[in-house]
Amino acid sequence: MSEFAVELRDVVKTFATPEGGKLNAVDHVDMHIRQGEFFSMLGSSGCGKTTSLRMIAGFEWPTEGEVFIDGQPQGRKPPFQRPVNTVFQSYALFQHMTVAQNVAFGLEMDKVDVNEINRRVSEALAMVKLNGMEKRSPRQLSGGQQQRVALARALVKRPKVLLLDEPLGALDLKLRKEMQLELKALQQEVGITFVFVTHDQEEALTMSDRIAVMSRGKVLQIGAPVEIYERPNCKFVADFIGETNILTGQVRSVDGTHLKVYVPDLEAEVSAVAESQFQPGQPVHLSIRPEKIRLAEERSLNENCFAGNVIQSAYIGSDTRVKVKVGKIVLKVWEQNHISTLDPDAYFQQNEQTWATLFPENTLVLPFEEG
Amino acid sequence: MFQRLREDKALQGTLLILPTLAVMVGLLIIPLGLTLIISFGQRTADGGVIYTFTLDNYLRLVGITPGCGFKSECFDPLYANILWRSLTLALQTTALVILLAYPLSYFIARAPLKRRNTFLFMVLVPLWTNFVIRVYAWMMILRTQGVLNGILGWLANLLGLPFVPLEMLYTPSAVLVGMVYEFLPFMILPIYTSLEKIDPALYEAAADLGANAARTFLRVTLPLSMPGIVAGTILVFIPVMGTFIVSDILGGRQVILIGNLIQRQFLDARDPTFGSAASLILMVMTLIVTYFYTRKFGFGEEIVAV
Repeated sequence: MSEFAVELRDVVKTFATPEGGKLNAVDHVDMHIRQGEFFSMLGSSGCGKTTSLRMIAGFEWPTEGEVFIDGQPQGRKPPFQRPVNTVFQSYALFQHMTVAQNVAFGLEMDKVDVNEINRRVSEALAMVKLNGMEKRSPRQLSGGQQQRVALARALVKRPKVLLLDEPLGALDLKLRKEMQLELKALQQEVGITFVFVTHDQEEALTMSDRIAVMSRGKVLQIGAPVEIYERPNCKFVADFIGETNILTGQVRSVDGTHLKVYVPDLEAEVSAVAESQFQPGQPVHLSIRPEKIRLAEERSLNENCFAGNVIQSAYIGSDTRVKVKVGKIVLKVWEQNHISTLDPDAYFQQNEQTWATLFPENTLVLPFEEG
Repeated sequence: MFQRLREDKALQGTLLILPTLAVMVGLLIIPLGLTLIISFGQRTADGGVIYTFTLDNYLRLVGITPGCGFKSECFDPLYANILWRSLTLALQTTALVILLAYPLSYFIARAPLKRRNTFLFMVLVPLWTNFVIRVYAWMMILRTQGVLNGILGWLANLLGLPFVPLEMLYTPSAVLVGMVYEFLPFMILPIYTSLEKIDPALYEAAADLGANAARTFLRVTLPLSMPGIVAGTILVFIPVMGTFIVSDILGGRQVILIGNLIQRQFLDARDPTFGSAASLILMVMTLIVTYFYTRKFGFGEEIVAV
């Protein structure tokens, strides 16, 4: 058994555009998905995540590069010869078959013995809590139940890798949250590698062992949810995952991982940390998450402390979401409501003077990007 | 009065259905009743009807000569053969039309969206020409000095083979070709509609679960397109059973179908009683076949419902 369940090595997929041009939907992508991992591909529509998944499934073949499944190059193998199964966004259930027939379909194609089929079908349906629904038509099921049939139908074949193409997209929010946890638990139970495609960053963070953030056919960053959120490697990832404040400036001095960056909009130097190498004089971005900025009535002794003015304040229960004008910049700040009180003074009010502290260890230096 | 019309839904329904009901009763139910009555009558020498009750017309249709008794030399299979030929030809036509229409519909349904309308348009264009003219066109193609023999002769000449023009017109095959041609669009459209509705993800799902192209077709595509085949079969089989123009023009005196028989009884032979009996037998035959067919496969209603 290979260390990796799925590998994409320098994979390119080129499509012809309607205008007669060519577009790299997937542009030199490298991905190494470990055995037993819950791996998500995250990005907005058109980022290449679904095309990448379809190349693993065999619905598309790479223009360049190679897809490996369990160490084996897949070349131009059709889907029915690959040890993977897919859960489709639309579920793609066979409406002319019952639930049990749907789940049995893949086993029948493999010419599994009838008794074995019956045993495994009821096992799979029990796993997704659909026992007793065998004889129903998919039409008679709710969206969530159809989702489970699709899952059972794919898992019953015991694939090396299960591919999931935005499977929760059609469900309402509450059901989606439930299914996220259930899917994660199921993955841990069966121990099969899951490759999950989604545009929902919260969903990816909740479920994944590792996430690949994609944009315009390229993989920008691969890492555990905490790495992606706390140490994004570029402005796009910082901006796409959660919310953040982006400042633009120029490196003044470098001391190991500690940098001083001059930010013209603040007319001040900001201390920050960097994961990669930067040179003095280089233009850079700074990223700091709204929940990591501290607001106080008094100036703190910390180095990155700036006077500001609250221009907007919204109480949303757990937090108060505040917009603070500092210099020429408006910072998003989320203050947790630690104390239960009805006293309006306990919450930030519009036009209130305040001091905003951007702790240097929470302020990340990122490479400069146009636009 | 108007107040009541606005509020009374049942009255609205009755009024809406009234025109159709009048047409159905006046032009279908009453004539059908008359046909039934006439079919039990006796003809007069000048083509009139004596209203009586005799089964002679029906007996003649199944081959029993009235007044001759049930002896074997009295059995005349002429009309029974016509009934049998009509039924088998209609079944052959329907089967051939399915076989031809299915691949074409499949091709159109899987073509890019922009081209589909062009293809469907091409399927429908011949229908803009008169039915009879289209059948005559086949006469031009199939006759001994016709287009097809011309092409075959030219090819034979090119290869240096001897060639005797084929006698194709006025054969059952010519009628079959004409029928298939005439009724093809009525099979293509419903099959296309049912194929076009199949989510392409289902083909991918089947492949993903281990089915190759043939098994995907048999287990997924074909069952899901059955409503289209059923609807098309009903649209083709029923008119083919009764048609007389195609067999008249392409079959001549050689291929007489029940449609021709009925037409001739009313116009040439001036025997409306026998013609009425033949009409009713045709209707009953068609109903029986359609009944058993739809009991097994349904009416293709899903094609309308979804």
